[in-house]
Amino acid sequence: MNLAAERGDRRLFEHLSFTLSPGQLLQVSGRNGSGKTSLLRILSGLSRPTEGGVFWGEEPIQSVDGGTGSCLGYLGHQNALKDDMTGEENVTLSIRLGGGAARRADTLSTLDSLGLAGYEDLPVRFLSQGQKRRVALARLLLQQRPVWILDEPYAALDVQVIEVLRAAIEAHLGARGMIVITTHQAVDIDGDCHTLHLG
Amino acid sequence: MFGTLMALLRRDLVLALRRPQDALTVVGFFVVVVSLFPLGVGPDPEFLRSLAPGVLWVAALLATMLSLERLFSDDYRDGSLEQLLLVPEPLGLLVLTKTVAHWLITGLPLVLISPLLALQLNLRPDEIVLFMLALLLGTPVLSLIGAVGAALTLGLRGGGVLIALLILPLYVPPLILGAGAVDAVMHGASAQAHLSLLGALMVFALFGTPWATAAALRIMLD
Repeated sequence: MNLAAERGDRRLFEHLSFTLSPGQLLQVSGRNGSGKTSLLRILSGLSRPTEGGVFWGEEPIQSVDGGTGSCLGYLGHQNALKDDMTGEENVTLSIRLGGGAARRADTLSTLDSLGLAGYEDLPVRFLSQGQKRRVALARLLLQQRPVWILDEPYAALDVQVIEVLRAAIEAHLGARGMIVITTHQAVDIDGDCHTLHLG
Repeated sequence: MFGTLMALLRRDLVLALRRPQDALTVVGFFVVVVSLFPLGVGPDPEFLRSLAPGVLWVAALLATMLSLERLFSDDYRDGSLEQLLLVPEPLGLLVLTKTVAHWLITGLPLVLISPLLALQLNLRPDEIVLFMLALLLGTPVLSLIGAVGAALTLGLRGGGVLIALLILPLYVPPLILGAGAVDAVMHGASAQAHLSLLGALMVFALFGTPWATAAALRIMLD
């Protein structure tokens, strides 16, 4: 399987073309407003490119069986958590929504590994910004999708969790997963890393 | 697929239970608006009786309108809507599920409280039963059509007012048919024609609007 993306958007960038193979990581860099998030949204199928198209293998992503969501996990600027639900409920319900079965033990151990032990039963409203981000990361880890699209995943995370996330990214690449990431911080990751500079 | 839809329905209902003021505001609005009419037009029972079908329906319509803005805006604000668009199921079905949840939270309570208000406006028991039946057929139409408007005005400033302008004209058919059904019974005629048309309208909305709503959501989130 390989993901080939070709696109051109007149406003932000054009004639952009790249391929991502299993086990590769693509870091998208560029100044603010250079279109990093737009590129990620196009890759995930949320936005439509002005020109060009995104392909999953040989197929355009629009015609992938079950939609793009069946192959990718997307972590955007917002955490997509419900304030009135606990962290555990948020994660469990998201997994069920994606069509997976959430085992309670897995959910709890993942939350635990992200340093949220003792906070599972608290409504997300009472969590700090960084803790909310960790719950969103737990969801991403449990979704078990081949492609991760991460928009500024390090925002609001402390050093320990950055380390956990780095390990998770390396493990994902080791399992022949694919990752597209935007970040302002330079975090060194062992693996097949490529950089795309916009703007 | 069934598991996904049930998870979504459960999530929306749990959220509504944890924040009951949203649903209660709608019912409260319905009760207050209907209760204001006798104070405004005078307590003559016969006059109130002739006004009742129209007043009750317009109040139900406005109450539903009040709740529409929140249908997608909460999910939009916290990013859940993006994740919902990425769920590997047809978006139309997900939207339909959310609309069903919306009806259970706002439409059904209106149906359940309506006999009390109908009594207050001097309707007879058989007319009250028929009014409830008409509301039962009509309120899902209000939610379904309203969802299109809610999706189209997502993320716009002053979206609430815009929804009203967009959707109220589309609420005319259920209003005419619903109020007409009660009117017919009050004048000794059969309400069958009105109810059949209202039922047909509901089926039509059930199959047509979720896809329109889904398309609108995709455009607004592009």
